[in-house]
Amino acid sequence: MTEWLMHPALLMLLGALLLALLRGTWQKVVSVLVPLLVLISVALLVPGRSGQLSFAGIDLVMFQADPLSLVFAWVFSIMAVIGNIYAWHINDTGQRVSAFLYIGSAFGVVFAGDWFTLLVAWEVMAFASAYLIFASANRAAVAAGFRYLMVHVAGGVLLFGGIVLHGMQTGSYLVGPLDHGQGGLAYNLILISFMLNAAVPPLSAWLTDAYPEATVTGAVFLSAFTTKTAVYVLIRNYPGAEVLIGFGVAMALYGVVFAVLENDCRRLLGYHIISQVGYMVAAVGMGTEMALNGAASHAFAHILYKGLLFMGAGAVILMTGRRKLTELGGLYRTMPITLFLYMIGALAISAFPLFSGFVSKSMIISAAAGDHRAAVTLLLTVASSGTFLHTGLKLPYYMFFGKDCGLQPPEPPLNMLLAMGIAAVFCVGIGIFPQLLYGLLPYPVDYHPYSGAHVTQSLGLLMFTLLAFVLFLKYLDPEKTISLDTDWLYRRGAAVFMWIARHPVLLWEHMVVTLGDGAGLRLLHRLSRVSLRIDTQVVDAAVNGVAQTARRTGMLLRQLQTGIVSHYTLAMIVGLIVALAMPLITGLALP
Amino acid sequence: MIARLVNFFGDDHYKRARWVLLGVVLAVIVIADFLVPRPHVDHIWEAIPGWSAVFGFISCVVIIFVSKFIGHSGGIMRDEDYYD
Repeated sequence: MTEWLMHPALLMLLGALLLALLRGTWQKVVSVLVPLLVLISVALLVPGRSGQLSFAGIDLVMFQADPLSLVFAWVFSIMAVIGNIYAWHINDTGQRVSAFLYIGSAFGVVFAGDWFTLLVAWEVMAFASAYLIFASANRAAVAAGFRYLMVHVAGGVLLFGGIVLHGMQTGSYLVGPLDHGQGGLAYNLILISFMLNAAVPPLSAWLTDAYPEATVTGAVFLSAFTTKTAVYVLIRNYPGAEVLIGFGVAMALYGVVFAVLENDCRRLLGYHIISQVGYMVAAVGMGTEMALNGAASHAFAHILYKGLLFMGAGAVILMTGRRKLTELGGLYRTMPITLFLYMIGALAISAFPLFSGFVSKSMIISAAAGDHRAAVTLLLTVASSGTFLHTGLKLPYYMFFGKDCGLQPPEPPLNMLLAMGIAAVFCVGIGIFPQLLYGLLPYPVDYHPYSGAHVTQSLGLLMFTLLAFVLFLKYLDPEKTISLDTDWLYRRGAAVFMWIARHPVLLWEHMVVTLGDGAGLRLLHRLSRVSLRIDTQVVDAAVNGVAQTARRTGMLLRQLQTGIVSHYTLAMIVGLIVALAMPLITGLALP
Repeated sequence: MIARLVNFFGDDHYKRARWVLLGVVLAVIVIADFLVPRPHVDHIWEAIPGWSAVFGFISCVVIIFVSKFIGHSGGIMRDEDYYD
């Protein structure tokens, strides 16, 4: 019953409190030690439930571990260690604390057994991660941070609405596969909020808008947790939701198309997060055991290689102060180790044999092929070619080779290289020993990626992509442009909103004020004068008249009260006589 | 060692060697694809040797040109100060 004390989210929260109190080297040491402790706690966790309590008649399960949550917990804790080593050199308590809260809340989502615990963790994740964008402390970052928050708060509201409706309809607030037949408002609201966090177009622009504006170290954390917790909740609650297949395939291609157009190195990598998460979303939609295993294993591999790619790009940004491909080039001479480690991540994301993507991405494509989904299989294969084209060829070519930008930056600090090295070891290790990853997956694995045909087909696809890249290189030259995405709607939409506020609304207000000051006010004055006259001459006069009459009557009555006993006796005798005489008079009057 | 490896891919000096290496690698892959056994295929094209090489090349070309076409003609690529 006390397993929840080992809850990784709780450990990260306590770690965040401790970090806020510490400074200097102690803070750095704790920032790496706590994630290591979390890694150990995950290793010791056993599937089960604890932290159950009833609140306002609703059963809450704050901690629920099963093989699916554990596979995500493993990679989250590994990435927490790597990310904090990468961020060792920074002296920014705010960033460290918010990164801890962010990772902790991601654990909160993964281990949440009920919808309300999930919702709270979901919201904390949005706010804590937003700080990593604000921490860049420049105008563009602050604006992007606010847009990021706005989108995620809107997503949180949809999730909350969906949860309440779902609870009212089913009477249960425990997470688990939602009834597909239901397909009602609750089902769709929750699905949309999950798709928003998974960056499914058209709800994806927040990612490529905000991640490139985050701090160098913050973007590494961002690339790992938000979209992958979304993949986790989709696997948990929407397995086999067929609508996700189409969205997933569209995502995979969408990221590839936009990456061709992109000039900002981390925005290009952001588009490839969308592309890779597309494979996972499509796999969730297929819903077979192999596809769900593929989604979980690809999320695992993706967090590590994408972290490595963001670390490599971040190292270049830190050492050169530049982020656009048009302003970079020729860095291979002075940053060979960064390039080498980056390329390991690039080969992993491209699914080269012996690298992690080969054993995870191919599981999804094989699941699609095994399910006889020919179009899905072919389109995801096209996206694989595009992935290598951008992250493996275009980005490193224009950043490290290509036209020399004239800069000679040194290698980044040792801690950054160490973090990249650890991630690289995982990228290669998983590729060579896939059974280590397959052993963690929620369902039994009967898949062997290293068949001869699979290896030659993969190499053929990738190396002939390279040939096309070399032949058509000049057409890929990055251009000094930005790409319009669906964030146009709210970035330009805000301008339209402001125009409406400044023009029609202001005009209306002006008209009302003018009318009030002119004709309206005169009418009001006249009305009030008439009402004053009625008040003084009619109402007041009537009231005064009644009062005067009452006073005069009182004066008359007062004079009757002489205070002399003989007067009262006389009056009583007169009254008695009148009383006695009355029947006589009336009697006489009768016939 | 890393620096030498990296220099091989960067220095103009090795340009010819890189082309030779690429040619050899591509040839080996295609030949190997003809030789490997295919005991089980889900789709007919998987049985065609060299299929993935052709598909990879065409995919890459299509991605480059279609994306740039959409970017330029579809009004997606704009000046960097578009939102300022």
